[in-house]
Amino acid sequence: MQPYMTALCRSCPDRNKLAAVFILLLSSILTAFSLREVPFKPEERLSAYGFFLGPLANLQPAENVFSYEVNAPLFSDYAEKARFVALPQGKRMRFRLGEPFDLPEGSVIIKNFFYYHDFRRPEEGRRLVETRLLVREADTWKALTYVWNAEQTDAFLEVAGAEIPLTWIDNTGKRQRLSYQVPNLNQCKGCHATKGQLVPIGLTAEQTHRKVSGASQLERWMTEGLLEGVTAAELAAVTPLADYDDPTSSLESRARAYLHANCAHCHHPHGSANTSGLFLEITQTDPLRLGVLKPPVAAGRGSGNRKYSITPGKPSESILLYRMEQNDPGIRMPELGRQLAHREGIELIRQWILQMAS
Amino acid sequence: MSYLRVSLVIVCWGCAASFYAQPDAERALQTRFVLAEDGDTLELPAGRIELTNTLWLDGKRDILVRGAGIDRTILSFRSQKQGAEGIKITHAANIVLEGFTLENSRGDLLKAQEVHGLTLRDIKAQWTGKPRKTNGSYALYPVQCRRVSIQRCTAIGASDAGIYVGQSDSVWVRECLAYHNVAGIEIENTTNAWVWNNTVYDNSGGILVFDLPDLPKKQGGRVLVWKNKVLHNNHKNFAPKGNIVAKVPPGTGVMILAARAVEVTENAILDNRTVSTAIVSYYITQLPLQDKEYVPYPADIYVHDNTYSANKRMPTWRHRLGLLLWLKFGRRLPHILYDGIADENHPPARICLKRNINGSFANVDAARGFKNISTNATLHDCTLPLLPRPE
Repeated sequence: MQPYMTALCRSCPDRNKLAAVFILLLSSILTAFSLREVPFKPEERLSAYGFFLGPLANLQPAENVFSYEVNAPLFSDYAEKARFVALPQGKRMRFRLGEPFDLPEGSVIIKNFFYYHDFRRPEEGRRLVETRLLVREADTWKALTYVWNAEQTDAFLEVAGAEIPLTWIDNTGKRQRLSYQVPNLNQCKGCHATKGQLVPIGLTAEQTHRKVSGASQLERWMTEGLLEGVTAAELAAVTPLADYDDPTSSLESRARAYLHANCAHCHHPHGSANTSGLFLEITQTDPLRLGVLKPPVAAGRGSGNRKYSITPGKPSESILLYRMEQNDPGIRMPELGRQLAHREGIELIRQWILQMAS
Repeated sequence: MSYLRVSLVIVCWGCAASFYAQPDAERALQTRFVLAEDGDTLELPAGRIELTNTLWLDGKRDILVRGAGIDRTILSFRSQKQGAEGIKITHAANIVLEGFTLENSRGDLLKAQEVHGLTLRDIKAQWTGKPRKTNGSYALYPVQCRRVSIQRCTAIGASDAGIYVGQSDSVWVRECLAYHNVAGIEIENTTNAWVWNNTVYDNSGGILVFDLPDLPKKQGGRVLVWKNKVLHNNHKNFAPKGNIVAKVPPGTGVMILAARAVEVTENAILDNRTVSTAIVSYYITQLPLQDKEYVPYPADIYVHDNTYSANKRMPTWRHRLGLLLWLKFGRRLPHILYDGIADENHPPARICLKRNINGSFANVDAARGFKNISTNATLHDCTLPLLPRPE
């Protein structure tokens, strides 16, 4: 200690400066310690987390941040999504079947919502609207949402929700307009809740087991040390959800994947819509639970004067389809995250109901 | 005339005040709900607040939401864009809401799901204007809750039920007012419910106690309907088809559908044109039944010491039951109706009727196509153990 202090003293003229350096050192050590103990504190700006390198809007992932894709995305008003996971240094996700992967404390799932100016020409650029974070704390998840500024330089924490006017040209060349609704923080849980606890939805084996740039996404994660707790045999046993946009998959698998991704986060025995008795998860096999000839329970005017959730062979007499088609907030399904009707999804479910034997 | 002018001035003053304050007022309120901490009191200011999104309280404990009083604090969802409810409370404990008016949401006005300890006091929940089928389903809607107390609340204009308690346990509904709804008060798949001292009028059906199939909470029971005024519930049924309440004939006082251990006593059930007290099985709905764990028959129903009106009635012609009753009885309609649908494989239904003033009875024999309608009540001259009274 002694020689160290004298050495410092030689280079600095007065003792005050030494004290200042000392305090600085001490406080940085204290800060380092307190960072470990204080629970996650939300940043006001997205950029402050350091998830991305360079200009934020490029979404160029930093070290320990990696992108992922899902088989059957949730429809949210035609928004495109760029998904990432940030893992703490040296930590891994743990594989689980039938529920989302277990992520270590400090992990963050990052989902960026954006619209291409022209969906026919993505290279002409995009407008980032919102970035949602799911943050893994000791034994819970926390949801946060950041709204991008018009200049696309940063996104800012939003608690109460917001409305953002948007316009784009869709893939048929038609101009679309939308007052985009950013959910308030409680509404995150409207979808992300199982047994009342906030949980991720998309990071499951069924959703992420897919080819990305020609290679298996999950195998890559295993070799890169991002995912543990799974053998090659277990991986081979995973039945991935179908890509519901892929016409080469069977109608049944596409329709069920669509319902799983868009409805089952609530319409699940442990989800918030379990009051309805309509369960649409991919593993459901009981036709009644899936809505076949099932009368509604508390649908109110959501029934659209139709008698059953699904009337086989008769899409126009099926409540499920009616609620997908409607845009009234008291009728539409899903309740949250959708204002526009999903034409392609509606067509898929229509075909599915149509071909059911009556 | 001068009254009208004064109220116009008041209304417009309200509008002007809300127009400029609106976005900030909503923002402040949304933030307050999201960031509320356990133990907080959330004061709702007096005046009208226009909201475009659901006010949602989630995962909180010991919260009091307090307005300046019915019609003094008005939360209006007239221009709602997002969310299916006005106020939503989920996964919470010991929540009290009191002293405000909620109106015109797109879906339900107040929904509480998985709340343990919920008190709704002095709340008016309404769809304004004429009752119409585009109104939301439920005004006050606790579902999957425990220890619910709804007191001195008013529910108006619901296209399903004004006060609807579903899949819950330990429920008090008292001193409430429900009118211009399809169903005034509905208790569904709920255990230990006390419905007393309410006034329920001008709905299509007054008080309904239902057990329905296909639900996570299978069976309700131990429901006391006591000292209520169930008056002229003769409103046209404006529920969208497909809903179970759309099947309720206009002019229904109290209806017990497939529920068990229900006691209906000391009520004044007056001037309900079609049927004053109906005790029916799920099969009366003519809906297919696939739920194998579900028991579709009512059982242990005790209807006693109620008062029914003496006058003749003209049943509704808009419902086949009304027509059928009219053809059979003309205007001398029986007050208490049992559909007579039973299953020999199930224990006897035990439906007991005692000391009802003007309590005429009919078993309409619905199981055999209404062939042997009987007005003989001797089979039902029995008593059942009384349910406990509320403290």
